[in-house]
Order: sequence, then C-alpha cells, then structure tokens
Amino acid sequence: MLRYVGRRVLQVIPVFLGATLLIYTMVFALPGDPVAALGGERGLPEAVQAQIREQYNLDEPFLVQYLLYLKGIFTFDFGVTFSGRDVFDVIKEAFPVTIRLAFMALAFEAIFGVLLGLIAGLRKGKLFDGTVLVLSTMIIAVPTFVIGFVMQFFIGVKLGWLPTTAGSDPGFMNLLMPAIVLGAVSLAYVLRLTRTSVAENLSADYVRTATAKGLSRGRVVVVHVLRNSLIPVVTFLGADLGALMGGAIVTEGIFNISGVGGLLFRSIQQGESATVVSLTTVLVLVYIVANLIVDLLYAALDPRIRYA
Amino acid sequence: MSATMPEFVPMDAPDLDPNAPLLEIRDLEVAFQSSTGMVPAVRGANLTIYPGQSVAIVGESGSGKSTTAHAIINLLPGTGKVTGGTIRFAGQDITHAPRKVFEQLRGKEIGLVPQDPMSNLNPVWKIGFQVKETLVANGVAQGKELKDAVARVLADAGLPDAEHRAKQYPHEFSGGMRQRALIGIGLAGKPRLLIADEPTSALDVTVQRQILDHLEHLTQDRGVAVLFITHDLGLAAERAEHLVVMHRGRVVESGPARQILTTPQHPYTQRLVASAPSLTSRRIQSAKERGVESTELLARTDIDESRPIVEVEHLTKEFHLRGALPGAGSTFKAVDDVSFSIARGSTTALVGESGSGKSTVANVMLNLLEPTSGRVVFEGTEVGSLSKSELFDFRRQVQPIFQNPYGSLDPMYSIFRTIEEPLRVHGVGSKKTRSKRVAELLDMVSLPTSAMRRYPNELSGGQRQRVAIARALALEPKLIVCDEAVSALDVLVQAQVLTLLNDLQAELGLTYLFITHDLAVVRQIADHVAVMQRGKIVELATTDEVFESPREAYTRELLAAIPGSSLEVGGA
Repeated sequence: MLRYVGRRVLQVIPVFLGATLLIYTMVFALPGDPVAALGGERGLPEAVQAQIREQYNLDEPFLVQYLLYLKGIFTFDFGVTFSGRDVFDVIKEAFPVTIRLAFMALAFEAIFGVLLGLIAGLRKGKLFDGTVLVLSTMIIAVPTFVIGFVMQFFIGVKLGWLPTTAGSDPGFMNLLMPAIVLGAVSLAYVLRLTRTSVAENLSADYVRTATAKGLSRGRVVVVHVLRNSLIPVVTFLGADLGALMGGAIVTEGIFNISGVGGLLFRSIQQGESATVVSLTTVLVLVYIVANLIVDLLYAALDPRIRYA
Repeated sequence: MSATMPEFVPMDAPDLDPNAPLLEIRDLEVAFQSSTGMVPAVRGANLTIYPGQSVAIVGESGSGKSTTAHAIINLLPGTGKVTGGTIRFAGQDITHAPRKVFEQLRGKEIGLVPQDPMSNLNPVWKIGFQVKETLVANGVAQGKELKDAVARVLADAGLPDAEHRAKQYPHEFSGGMRQRALIGIGLAGKPRLLIADEPTSALDVTVQRQILDHLEHLTQDRGVAVLFITHDLGLAAERAEHLVVMHRGRVVESGPARQILTTPQHPYTQRLVASAPSLTSRRIQSAKERGVESTELLARTDIDESRPIVEVEHLTKEFHLRGALPGAGSTFKAVDDVSFSIARGSTTALVGESGSGKSTVANVMLNLLEPTSGRVVFEGTEVGSLSKSELFDFRRQVQPIFQNPYGSLDPMYSIFRTIEEPLRVHGVGSKKTRSKRVAELLDMVSLPTSAMRRYPNELSGGQRQRVAIARALALEPKLIVCDEAVSALDVLVQAQVLTLLNDLQAELGLTYLFITHDLAVVRQIADHVAVMQRGKIVELATTDEVFESPREAYTRELLAAIPGSSLEVGGA
C-alpha cells in the first residue's frame, strides 16, 4: 500500500513539470506583444519598453524564463500583474470562494447523484428509473446558463427562497443556488454512472452468493452492491473537481461571483500572462491532487489495484 | 408446527423425522418473461430429498437444472418466476413465501456453493469478512468469538493457516482455495441442505477431486443433505446416491445412481450415458479387452511416422515476473525443455492442469509467442526464422481453434463474413467462388447454408464452435491447434464436435494438436499423448499406453481423478 502511494506521489512530479511547461509555451506563443500593447495607440517609449521587458525577464531566452518562473513558484513568488499587484494576492482573493463553490457543487452532485442513481439502479425499468433518466437527459441537454437564469428567476426572484446573487464574500446560503446549478450537469452524469454500475453489479455472481448466505436485502445492497458500484463514480468525481473549479465561468457570471473563472477570463483577454500562467498552474495542481486522491480512494475501494 | 405463521419456523432436531422429506418439489414450473411472453424453463419437475441424502440433478446447459436449484431459495435471475407447483422445505410450503422467510432460510437452513469460484467472492472484501458476515447473519457466532469462528470455518473447509488466510483478498487465492472458502461459507450457517451448483466445473481435475472428497467428508460428518447440480454424469454418479436427469425443463428420469448408469430407461439418458466422456474412456477399454474392434474411436493405422509435420525441439519459454521491489523480479519457466513431434495426419494431445505450460507451447507453435530458446520446425523450416511473407503463408497452413466459441467469433460479423474473412485476407478466389466455398465449409461442419446470414449470438455454443472449425478449415490448413476446443461444450455437443473433427481428419488428412486438461476427451481423439507438469513433458506415449499402463505417478493421478473413472458402466 505504502509503495503504491509513494509511486503515485512521485508520478506527480513529471506531470507537474510537463503541464506547466506546456502552459508556459502556449502563453508565450500567443500572438501580440503585451508590452507594446500597454501604451495603447501611441505606444511606450523604447526605453520604458526595454525596462518593462527587463523587469519581467521578457528579454531572456524562453527556457531561462521558464526556469525563473519555476523558481518563483517554489518560493511563492508568482510575479506581479501589469497594474503592479502581486499575482499571489490576486489568486488568493479569487480562490476561496471558488473552492467553496466547487466543493458545495461536488457534495451536491455526489450525495444526490449516488442516492438517486442507486434507487434507479435497484428499480431498473420501473417508473422511478424512467423519470430520473428522462430528467437527467434534459439537464445534460439544456445549457448551464439557461438552468442558471431560470432558477435565479423562479427560486430567487419569484419565490424569494434563496438569494439571487452571491456578491462579495458570499455565505453558504448565497452559494447554494450557484452550487446546485454548477453541479447539475455532473449530477446527471453521476446518477447515470451509478445507475448503470448498480444495475450491473446487482446481477453479479457474488451478489447472488451474498444473498444466498442469508444476508438481509439492505446489507447486500450497501455492502456488496454499492461499494463495488462506486469505483467508476469516484473516478468521475475526482476529474470533475478540477472542471468545477476552472470551468465555473458561466455560473460565476450569472450569480456575480468574483471567483477563479472570471479572473481567468479577464486575464486572458488582457494578456496578463503572469496571472494566466499562475492561475492555470494552480488549477493543474488542483487536478493533480484531486486525481491523486482519486487513485488513493480507488485503492481503498478496490484492493486489487494496490498490487497492480 | 404452525405453518400459517408468516415466518419460517425452524424445527429443532427432535422434530425432524428422518423419514419425512427435507425438500419436496412437486410439479414445479418456472418461466422467464421475455418480449414475446413467458418462456418456460422448468416444466413440471419433481424432486425429493431426505435428510442427509445426496441427490444430483444432471443435464446439459439449458436443461433447467440450475433454474430448479435457484427456485428453491428464490434466487431466480432476472425475470424468472415460479409459475406453478409447490416447493416444500421441512414440511412447510415455501413456494411463494415472503422475502423475510427466505432471508431466514438462506444460509441457516439451505446453503449454496456456487459454480464459478472466480466470480462468486466479492473482490473488494477480505475473505474473513465475507465469512464473518455469514456467521453474523445466521446467528452462529458474534462478538469476540467471531475471529476464532471464522478461522474454524476456513480451517474446516481445508484451508491451511486459516487465520492468516482470512486477512487476504479473493484475488490472492487460487481457484481451488476460493472454492474451499465458498464451501466454508455455504456450510457456515450449519444448513440442513447444501445446494452445490457445479461446484468444481471451473477447477482442474485433481483439485476437483480433492475438493469433492472434502465436501463429501464435511457433509457426511454433519448429516447435511446435498443437492448437486452438474452436467457431468460421471461426477454425479460418483458423488450422489440418487440421480435426477433433466432435459429441456423436464425430469426425464430419476432413480438410484447405479440403476440409472447401468440401465438407463429414457432415450436421452441412454445417449448421455453413451457419450459421457468420463465414462467413454472405460467403455473403449472394456471393448478392447473383450477383443472387439471399436469402429470409430480407435487409433488409425495409416499414419506415416517417418515424416513429422512439426517438430518441437528443446523448447523453453521464460516469463519475467514482477517482484515486490523494483529489480526483485524473477523469471518463471513456463515451458522447460520440451521436445516432441507430430506425425502427419495424426492427433497429439497435450495434457496438463492449468499452469502446466500447455497453452504456452501452443502459442509458440502458432508463432504468437517467441521462444526463449529451442525451436519449432514446421514442414522442415524453423518457424522463428520465417520472413514476413513466409509467415503469412505459415499462418495459412496452421490454424487455431480456441476454447471459448462465445469469445472467438466477432459478434458484429455475420457467419458468412466470419468464414469468408480469412479467404479474403489471403486473396483466395473471386467473390463468387469464395461464397461457394463458404457454403461448402458450412456443409462440411454440418451447418445449413442458411446459417450464413446469421450472427454468432443467434447460434448455440456447439454451432458456434462448428463455425470456428469452418473458419479454421477455410484456408485448407495442414495443422490445426485446438486449444481446449471442446471444453466449454456440453457432453452431447462435445461428442458431436469430436466426431466431426475425427471425420474431417480422415477426409482431409489434417493433423491436430489438441491442448486439453480433460483426459477423457483425449481418449476419444488422440493418437499420442504428452502429459505436461510444471512446464515439462513428464510422459510421452501413445494414447493406449498412457491409459492402460501409465508410467508416471502424475499421469496415474490424473487418470484417477477423472470423475466416474472408478465406476462400472453397464449397457455396453
């Protein structure tokens, strides 16, 4: 077990280096010169441009820039934006709310997705199963912003059950509706995965044997069906955590949340390469850590994997 | 006894009349719901088991034997339903009892040993846990005594070092060990009836024997009645006092084992007795001993021994095993200095248990694996040295038939396309001559031409294996490597396919290499036998020599382990 964990942790290193290098190269290759664009129509004087280039190490060769950047990451020095703010501070502001939102969405889709999927799987072909399947298809088919605006209008404005927007420093209630909207599509996938997996495991030989041993129906379902069915679901959830963090642009926009999605969008538009690269790096780290946790969970759920 | 109570009332031992039936099935009807209506699987089956008795239901797949057994404990798969008749257990009607009653019955009154040890243990729980929950659910042990109770169950089932074994996962167990654990689980609740559904069909023949011996010993000691479900008449006759023969959902014959074996009444039973491979081996022998020439199965005399079609010389194949630490791996000799040759037009059988290296030899011969050392010479040319185009030609002359007819045919290909594909790949003939050839091949394997347009899932196992044979024959090969080609088939179908292979050999002068774990099959088809054990050939002789005077202890062990080998079969 320890060896498995060690190996998985070591694998993080090349993934991290590869991903950051790739991001750095892509941002580097973006057309247009951000320094030249800073001065607007008239442009900055040559001397000022040269000074800015030197300040941001833009005059160094590509690889040196990358290595300097790596050095920065390990000393928590992410550089500064063109407006002079520390990138680390900018990110620090945007992340907490995004993390809160992502985890709330994850909890929502995991709890309800697994629960509904389990019931649907146990009653495959019955009315409940059919209804849930149709609903989940609808959720997948309708774009997030439609769901977002519709919920905002009915639940927020008409019924007044939940706050319509999040605003700055939002609390649990403020983020509840955004989290539901953000997690809705994934919930549909979790539900379907769980349902298929449960329905398949129900007819597994070991489930029949468990029943033949004299176990109660409830115990058979929880101990022998559910645990085995969760393995593919956990994989999906892990990969989804990263997507929820980086891909919440639309939801953040609808509910006026100043999170990572919006920041990333603005930074790309403004050519803030330091912010873009740093943000993406943090997101890559989130992905890597999430997948590491998934792999460890995986090994906990399925003992055969530890020795593979 | 209050039969009207909703819950099953377990009777204490004194109430149990040894002369009253423990299980009584009357006119049982089971049907499966399908899109076209109810499809009957069991039609009016009758069965009675007395306390402590051993009964076997014998039949081929689809005969309703497993369905009957599963109906007893209400574990019918999918849409299966009892549509008529009654099932009485210990005097109480449980035909349509509520779930609660079955939860009490299962484990405590009726135990189950399932068929496939590989898939019947939950892979994510430790063996000990899976035993423990059985003990708890059936109220056998609880709390502190559980740990010892688990170890005792496993030890009784014949697992050495049970306490340590309980902490392992199913994938750390061999098939035989898993089946022992499952037998332990089946008996853990101290049931009065044990249903053993093909308990050893997935295991090697020697392991099978040990496990069945152990099961017999355990159930006899505890006075547990056993209901065997098996396709193997030899096994059934050897292990059960009473046989019930099922065919197409009906019980066609039942009676004491000896009586059914010696004087089968129903035509189906007669055919089953006649073609049971485990019994045939004895039959041929007795026929020979009486000086009667067996017409179809004895070795032929037209084999030219001087010109072997294939020679295997000092073949060794090693596999690298991953160790616990990097660099701590070891090499495993799957095949160790194996030499033999196959005469043109003859059949050589390579026999051994799983892990003996027989399939590795086959794969090297098919040039699917590279040997570590040694060589295979086919028609005077070393197989390993072939160029790409020579290899293409080699593939044409050497064709395989694999074990699983469900897996070796592409489900998306029609039968025509399946058989035509090798012809097309090798550019044989025009479109028109190819389709004529496919019809010819289908005729050769006794399938109707109309089968061309069908898909594998519309054919039975035996028909699929015929298609696989037709495909192998398409390119007019000289050598056919049959890797467990009939192991997955029911006995009657198996006999048909073996006869077909025999006829084709006589007709087309084919050479066969038959890889099998089943010595009974060997007796019917092979001229020569090579017995493999742990990568080495331990005995190499003609089939008659091996069966009549085996030299090696291991061969004798294999022969003795054939179910039913110790039985006398009459009616010949």
